[in-house]
Amino acid sequence: MVPLVYFQLLSAALFVIGLYGVLARRSAVLVVMSIELMLNAVNINLIAAAAHLGYRSVGEVFVHFDGQIIAIFIITVAAAEVGLALAIILRMYRNRGTVNVDEIDLMRW
Amino acid sequence: MSWVLFILLAVVTLVGGVGVVATRNVVHAALSLLVSLLAVAGIYLILFAEFLALVQVLIYGGAIIIVLLFAIMLTRSSEYPRISDNRQWPIGLVAAVGLLAVLAASFWISQHQSAGPESPALGNLANSLFTRWAIPFEVASLVLLVALIGAIIIARTGEDEG
Repeated sequence: MVPLVYFQLLSAALFVIGLYGVLARRSAVLVVMSIELMLNAVNINLIAAAAHLGYRSVGEVFVHFDGQIIAIFIITVAAAEVGLALAIILRMYRNRGTVNVDEIDLMRW
Repeated sequence: MSWVLFILLAVVTLVGGVGVVATRNVVHAALSLLVSLLAVAGIYLILFAEFLALVQVLIYGGAIIIVLLFAIMLTRSSEYPRISDNRQWPIGLVAAVGLLAVLAASFWISQHQSAGPESPALGNLANSLFTRWAIPFEVASLVLLVALIGAIIIARTGEDEG
């Protein structure tokens, strides 16, 4: 079987790709896509840990699945986040005529 | 066999991810993201998370990519090729590579032996979700509702406000 550490390395690599996208891209839609990559990297990490940590139970409940359950919540929040991001990008485009995040500097000091 | 699948899926995931942050064409970036997310669903299958793989394909492969494509099409997509990368992209690259080095080193040092992935029964997952995690589950549905209402209010046109 593939050891846990290789899944963690894959997750770290995917996370830094997303981080680079957030830092370097100027189009708002591409920034949102990079955030999705980072969320997926976190999910890989959680699910790999959940699968490898072994079957343990605390009292009546199964701690074993906690990683998978948190991953479900992360996917839920990602869906909500993308919906809101679309709305904000649309409003931004309608008000300012651009989706370039460098030109949205109204709150810059 | 497991190694072959893992390496194949990892390469597809990372190539898709690099495609998202490197390509000029924003629609190609969305399609690269789709490839990467479907490969991640395969990785969930290696880890015996069948339900998560299914949810990944449905929500990411179906809903989120479609919403992103909507965002691209509803804004002027002809503008995107002219939006170059940030001038500080070398600093971003240095920060990303530095973080990768730190994360990889800490994962490598702190690795420990495990019995290998196990296959949990889907029924146990459901039991856990609806007993111990029942309140976070309800809060998650509330979060979705609030996000949906907020998105509608933010995105609607100004004429019928008030």
